[in-house]
Amino acid sequence: MSSMTILAAEDGPSPLLPHTSELIVGLVAFALLFFFLRAKVFPIFERTYAERAASIEGGVKQAEEAQAEAQRLLEEYRSQLADARSEAARIREDAKQQGQAIIAQMREEAQAEADRVTARAHAQLQAEREQVLRSLRDEVGTLATTLAGRVVGESLEDDERSNRVVERFLAELESAQADDAAVGTAGTSGKDG
Amino acid sequence: MLVAESSEFHSPGPADFEFPALFGEGTFFTKPMLVIVLGTIAVGAFFYFAARRATLVPGKLQFAAESFYGFVRNQVAMDAIGREGIKYVPYLVTLFAFLVALNISGIIPILQFPATSKIAIPLFLAVISWIIFNYVGIRRQGFGGYFKNMMFPPGIPKALYPLLAPLEFLSTVVFRPATLTLRLTFNMFAGHLVLLLTILGGEHLLTETQGLVGYAAGSVSLLFSIVLTFFEGFIQLLQAYVFTLLSAIYIGGALTHEH
Repeated sequence: MSSMTILAAEDGPSPLLPHTSELIVGLVAFALLFFFLRAKVFPIFERTYAERAASIEGGVKQAEEAQAEAQRLLEEYRSQLADARSEAARIREDAKQQGQAIIAQMREEAQAEADRVTARAHAQLQAEREQVLRSLRDEVGTLATTLAGRVVGESLEDDERSNRVVERFLAELESAQADDAAVGTAGTSGKDG
Repeated sequence: MLVAESSEFHSPGPADFEFPALFGEGTFFTKPMLVIVLGTIAVGAFFYFAARRATLVPGKLQFAAESFYGFVRNQVAMDAIGREGIKYVPYLVTLFAFLVALNISGIIPILQFPATSKIAIPLFLAVISWIIFNYVGIRRQGFGGYFKNMMFPPGIPKALYPLLAPLEFLSTVVFRPATLTLRLTFNMFAGHLVLLLTILGGEHLLTETQGLVGYAAGSVSLLFSIVLTFFEGFIQLLQAYVFTLLSAIYIGGALTHEH
């Protein structure tokens, strides 16, 4: 008698011998489980895996796109800022130039105005001088007539008296001429200034 | 005489793995079968409810089921077989889940019997794995090519072939399914026996032997059985993983020419 048969005799069937009914029940249970899971569960898991992977990849792609967009906008703003800076510098330059031009123009106008005022003053002085000369000439004529009358009225024999009259006249004339010359010099100097 | 007999400690043995029919004489349905059915339903329900409303952002149950699935898919199938492993994922996941359920039933209260300690279960699973890896090997390398690559691996001195060829043949065709079956069966068998021994022995010491020795030894025995239960849970998960991983490795080996 082997120890195996003793064991079997003492404790029932050997644990090495499979029970047919357990074999069948186990096999059926396993087969049902396998086909059920393969049909109803695993495809869903695989699909969820694929969808999840796609969604993660999509999210990563989206983030990359957003990053690129942000980078692009930053570049754009930077270039716009640079443009604005150069534009501002240009406007400032223009304004400076325009200011200088306006100042020059105003100075010119002021100069022209001053010239005009001066010219008008000269013209007025000239006119006054002309008038003075004219009235002087009239006066000289009257004086000459008066003198002639006096010369004619005096005795012509008396040479000494005649000479005195002439002398007096000339003296008067000279004084008148001196006055006239004074007026003329003043007018000439005013015109030159 | 009757009193003396009842106080005699009945040491647990192979007889404790034999159960009477649950529904009386003449019916075939026994406790191991009940464990098989309940375990199968539990696994099926777990995956069914996890996948029923599968969403992109998983809930707790879906996450658990997907982690389990993903573990076998990526850590077992893809690693052991390679990219072709995806085809064997359904079998490997079912196998692992089925084994975990039927092993863990050994430490689940009330059930407290690992159905895989009945040799029938590991046996038919090992036979399925055996059929699969031999089938894919023959289909991939041809009938002659498969056995030639198996028995006369290249890169070995020709003088060794007379010794190597029968060994390789036996190893692949006979020992692989045998070791798969026996490793799992008797890990579960021995584990269950140890738990029975510590629990029933402790109980016997406390209730029958009594006295200082009985109480002290019985308490230690029962406390130790708790530690062993956790240890047994670890062994049960590990053995389910080993069975699944070896199946995957055998399939992977049959698909590649190189040994």
